[in-house]
Amino acid sequence: MEVKVKNVRKEFDKFPALKDVSLNIKSGELIALLGPSGSGKTTLLRLIAGLDFPNVGAIYFGDQDASQKSVRERNVGFVFQHYALFRHMRVLDNVGFGLKVRKKGDRPSKAEIERRAMELLDFVQLKGLEKRYPNQLSGGQRQRVALARALAIEPKVLLLDEPFGALDAQVRKELRRWLRDIHDKTGHTTVFVTHDQEEALELADRVVVMSQGRIEQVGTPDEIYDTPNSPAVFSFIGESSKLPVSIENGQLYLADRPLGLDAKGVPDGEGQLFFRPHDVEVVETGETAIVGTVVVSRRTAGTRQVELEVGGAKERVEIEIPVDHPATSRSRIAFRPKKWSVFAG
Amino acid sequence: MSVVTSSKARWRWKQPSVIPGFGLTLGFAIAYLSLIVLIPLAGVAWRSAALGWDEFFRIATDARVVAALRTSFWTAGLAAVINAVFGVIVAWVLVRYEFPGRRLVDAAVDLPFALPTAVAGIALTALYASTGWIGQYFVDWGIRIAYTPTGIVIALIFIGLPFVVRTVQPVLEDFDSEVEEAAATLGASRTQTIFSIILPALFPAILTGFALAFGRAVGEYGSVIFIAGNIPYVSEIAPLLIVMRLEEFNYPAAAAIGAIMLIFAFIILFAINLIQAWSRRRYGHG
Repeated sequence: MEVKVKNVRKEFDKFPALKDVSLNIKSGELIALLGPSGSGKTTLLRLIAGLDFPNVGAIYFGDQDASQKSVRERNVGFVFQHYALFRHMRVLDNVGFGLKVRKKGDRPSKAEIERRAMELLDFVQLKGLEKRYPNQLSGGQRQRVALARALAIEPKVLLLDEPFGALDAQVRKELRRWLRDIHDKTGHTTVFVTHDQEEALELADRVVVMSQGRIEQVGTPDEIYDTPNSPAVFSFIGESSKLPVSIENGQLYLADRPLGLDAKGVPDGEGQLFFRPHDVEVVETGETAIVGTVVVSRRTAGTRQVELEVGGAKERVEIEIPVDHPATSRSRIAFRPKKWSVFAG
Repeated sequence: MSVVTSSKARWRWKQPSVIPGFGLTLGFAIAYLSLIVLIPLAGVAWRSAALGWDEFFRIATDARVVAALRTSFWTAGLAAVINAVFGVIVAWVLVRYEFPGRRLVDAAVDLPFALPTAVAGIALTALYASTGWIGQYFVDWGIRIAYTPTGIVIALIFIGLPFVVRTVQPVLEDFDSEVEEAAATLGASRTQTIFSIILPALFPAILTGFALAFGRAVGEYGSVIFIAGNIPYVSEIAPLLIVMRLEEFNYPAAAAIGAIMLIFAFIILFAINLIQAWSRRRYGHG
């Protein structure tokens, strides 16, 4: 099911949580809403589900305007961060709940509900635990039950709100792969919210980066990582270093020293240079390059991370250099980014 | 390490714990319970034992005593059931909605605790008598409230209401709204959500409130005697019978009726506790 969000605005007590957000989600896509807390990503997910209603704008499921439909009528599968399981019901009854509460005509027989719940439990690899109560399960198992419960109603759209947020790193990694598997097998249109960029980049077909109630960028993980379209996206995704520069004749200058870098079409004036710490090459100090003094040096697994003080501006940037580089504290290093972005302002 | 394993196998009076003060607090709890509860109750048993088995049995099976006990227990049970239903609704309104005067209503719930029960009894009698503000409308239908068991039930509802409200309220406040939202996304209607999700979660708290309201109602004296009319075999409660025996200086008989009430109340409360333990285990909290 294709989902279209059109010019949606949502306020809570006059505070705008979403400002004019539009998004097209393709049928069968696995899409991540990524952003820091307070960016409006969970609000957007709840609006799609029908757990909240927009002040302005509309949400379409296919060609149908779903905005006026209640959450019951939308037929969405929703998975909560803290599972929200029914603790007084056995796992089997949790999974079958969505079928049990259907109207008389649509409701499968008791045996059929049980059969389908068992099938789903098998699908989420929880066979044998159907008679347990939720408090007898681990966090990862509970989230699997929550997913099976959401899948039981054959949802048009599957929505997950920080599904792995409450789990420890090991389980989180495992469930991440597993969710991708489930998505590929069922083909549901799936939207999940996360603040973990690694999770978003690894798992999603497309990533929606949000910040302060707006969508900053929508794209494949490669597009988001390699060509961020704003300073916000660049600094939020991955490691980044930033320097204030001035632009003259399409070239970058730092405190009147040329850096030998192209401005990439950004007009003359003030600007900001962004690059990834690992995307640099160390050069001889005589060349036109960024030159800095080593302040901090840290050995991490395969590389050495150094913080440099650059120019008189007292700007600090971080770069990664080979471990066998002879740089020590207070020594000077010159480097040039191999890939970079420039933003005006 | 064999010493450790053997001591593990034995039941030990004192479990090793990082929380100190087990001996002190247990000792205090037992001494306190003994002075306030157990010794007086043992006194009741000892006094009635002075009667001898035959005499005790004669009192226990006396028609008037049996009728009074029956009245006491069924009115208390009915009042507690009604309180369980309406107490939950009151708690629901207080927790779920914001409205002007909510805090006043919240405070008013505790009034039955503070009011002298005799005052409550007299006020209720004035209202529900066949000439009273409310009672007069029922007379037209041929229903008398004051001076009948119905009146007793009303007085017991009055004194028992705070128990259910106050036990259910905090549990409802803690109830995770995401669970309700989950039910809604799965297609459950409000009614289905209330009956299959919320009420089962509240069940242990409702049961606690029920037990407290019931226990309080069985022993209630002050408010009931004014509204009951105290007609033997009809609207005479067991605590009143005890007071009458006391006024006749028939202490053993009074103690015997007290002992019988004690036994029944204990059996009922114990059964409620068992159900609670079972439901707590099942629902995974408690």
